[in-house]
Amino acid sequence: METQPLLQTQGKPRSRRETWRLLSLISPSLFWLVVFFLIPLLLVFAISYGQRGTYGGVKWNLTLENYGRFFDPLYLRIFGRTVIIALVTTVLCLLIGYPLAYFIATRPSRWRNVLLLLLMVPFWTNFLIRTYAWLLLLRDQGFINLFWTGGLHDFLLWLSAALPLPIWRTLLEATSTPLPLFGTDLAIIVGLVYGWLPDMVLPCYAAIERLDYSLVEAAQDLYANRTRSFLRVVLPLTMSGVVAGSVLVFIPSLGAYVTPDLLGGAKSIMIGNVIYSQFMSARDYPFGSAISFVLMAIMLLGTLIYFRSGAES
Amino acid sequence: MPGYAVELKKVSKHFGAVVAVDDISLSINDGEFFSLLGPSGCGKTTTLRLIAGFELPTAGEIYIGEAVQGDTPPYRRPVNTVFQNYALFPHMTIFQNVAFGLEMRKVSKEEIRQRVAEALEMVQLPGMENRKPEQLSGGQQQRVALARALVNRPKLLLLDEPLGALDLKLRKAMQLELKALQHRVGITFVYVTHDQEEALTMSDRIAVMNEGHVLQVGGPEGIYEQPANRFVADFIGETNFLEGRTEGRRADEIVVTIDDVLPIHTSLEKGVGMGEKITVAIRPEKISVHAEPPTPQAVPGVVEEVIYTGTDTRYLVRLTERSIVTVRQQNVGVGAGASFAVGAQVYLHWQPESARLLKA
Repeated sequence: METQPLLQTQGKPRSRRETWRLLSLISPSLFWLVVFFLIPLLLVFAISYGQRGTYGGVKWNLTLENYGRFFDPLYLRIFGRTVIIALVTTVLCLLIGYPLAYFIATRPSRWRNVLLLLLMVPFWTNFLIRTYAWLLLLRDQGFINLFWTGGLHDFLLWLSAALPLPIWRTLLEATSTPLPLFGTDLAIIVGLVYGWLPDMVLPCYAAIERLDYSLVEAAQDLYANRTRSFLRVVLPLTMSGVVAGSVLVFIPSLGAYVTPDLLGGAKSIMIGNVIYSQFMSARDYPFGSAISFVLMAIMLLGTLIYFRSGAES
Repeated sequence: MPGYAVELKKVSKHFGAVVAVDDISLSINDGEFFSLLGPSGCGKTTTLRLIAGFELPTAGEIYIGEAVQGDTPPYRRPVNTVFQNYALFPHMTIFQNVAFGLEMRKVSKEEIRQRVAEALEMVQLPGMENRKPEQLSGGQQQRVALARALVNRPKLLLLDEPLGALDLKLRKAMQLELKALQHRVGITFVYVTHDQEEALTMSDRIAVMNEGHVLQVGGPEGIYEQPANRFVADFIGETNFLEGRTEGRRADEIVVTIDDVLPIHTSLEKGVGMGEKITVAIRPEKISVHAEPPTPQAVPGVVEEVIYTGTDTRYLVRLTERSIVTVRQQNVGVGAGASFAVGAQVYLHWQPESARLLKA
């Protein structure tokens, strides 16, 4: 990651006119950033030091109390769960996404774009609708459980009548109640993995596609079998894609709101749901703002450490 | 009797409908510097990749030493390759690059350190262990690639146009160095190139390939002086081709009439009948130009063009309506200039054995 200050003077100092010219060039994005990002962010920042009014609203009396409340064990536990869910999501995305990216990148070039397109097609549908689709699959009366308590249960009934064996009883008992899929951490993870998989596949694909295949041949020529040539050559040289994909999956998973709200039910909530409820139900803007800021600070720190370690190796 | 380092028996390789290598058989001797020479797309690189195991033959068998290879993967073959683009691992230091093969073979750390140092010494790059490939010049990367292959002491070293990316001067120097290195280590080299001069300079033997076939195998001199067919004669060096018909036979000569008008004398060759359509191939440097016919068999012609190239002067001499030959004369004297002007009547002379008969 190489960044260069935009207005850096190289050699001799830039003339004032040139500085203005450059400023005018970046002014649209600057305007966008300031109006839609920086000002709201500062507002949230300011609110996080306020206090909730008796009937909602914000009392401006500069307190650190909201940040203190974040370290309440109740919220810490939810935050810890959120981090674990985001980590599991990232690892699963990597385990599914990297082989998929490798498969696509090693197809003949005319197939690659088709396969990438197929990967993207489901994501032309609204995210909310796709998450609802998972709800239809996972809930107690969903398709998976309809099969579990319906078709499979009936089949086992028929089997046990035809062939009496003790094992059918346990299985019949299991299939008489729906699988507890909906409202669990598992459901959230399934939804998140499904939602962020392309964000893992695309950077991995880009890195693998760039890899010079003769390096793999060189490794095999030097007695490295498939596993070793992958671990010693392919993986290290595509690490940039793995890192980028992981960051792209981990960060939105950490802040996820829609997926846990729809698939997690009442029992499984993540930190994003806490922030939402502070703003919308509890009407505690200052506390909601404080949690948002802590979350943002942690994401920023994590990203910096990740990219720093990537730049060194 | 020395054994063969590699033997290809009726090997073919098809890629879909494309036949890259078509039923070739080759025997490469132990300790030999053997070149596969041909234009791009002739199947030489595919042949090399078949030996290395990166491709598996569609038909035929490959032996390395005594062992038939079958579908043995590259990492189990006693062979190492120097790749065209070097293929050094960019994320490893020079030491790690050269040590890679030994590490995979679980050689002890102490021995690895010693052998890597020796290998880098051998390619004249001592003390470069801790650099990254990107910090080296093209020539240095080339040497690292060599060291990385040779450090494993393979039975066979495969080189795929290893000097192709270097500039001319460096390439010439590396040619001699590679040849000397091969002598020193005594490992069989199989060298792929499209550069005929490079092949002639370095090789003990050369296989000339075209369109998936091996056209001729022989030493540099044999290939140059006695090309088996028109393609080889044309690809190796410069050659004049004259189209004609065999007319008559004298004691040890065959007379060929060029373009039905001009009789010339060539050496007697086996299997050439009379009245046959035939091509005569003569190298430009085998012909001498004279103002007066030096022998009764000298061929008359008219100078069409004179080209001065420093070491030589080239004359384009018209023999008949359709045939022009190039003659090359070394500029022996200082400031001698061209001996003949454009339009001059000259007589060309060559030894009968210099004119090769090739079946059309």
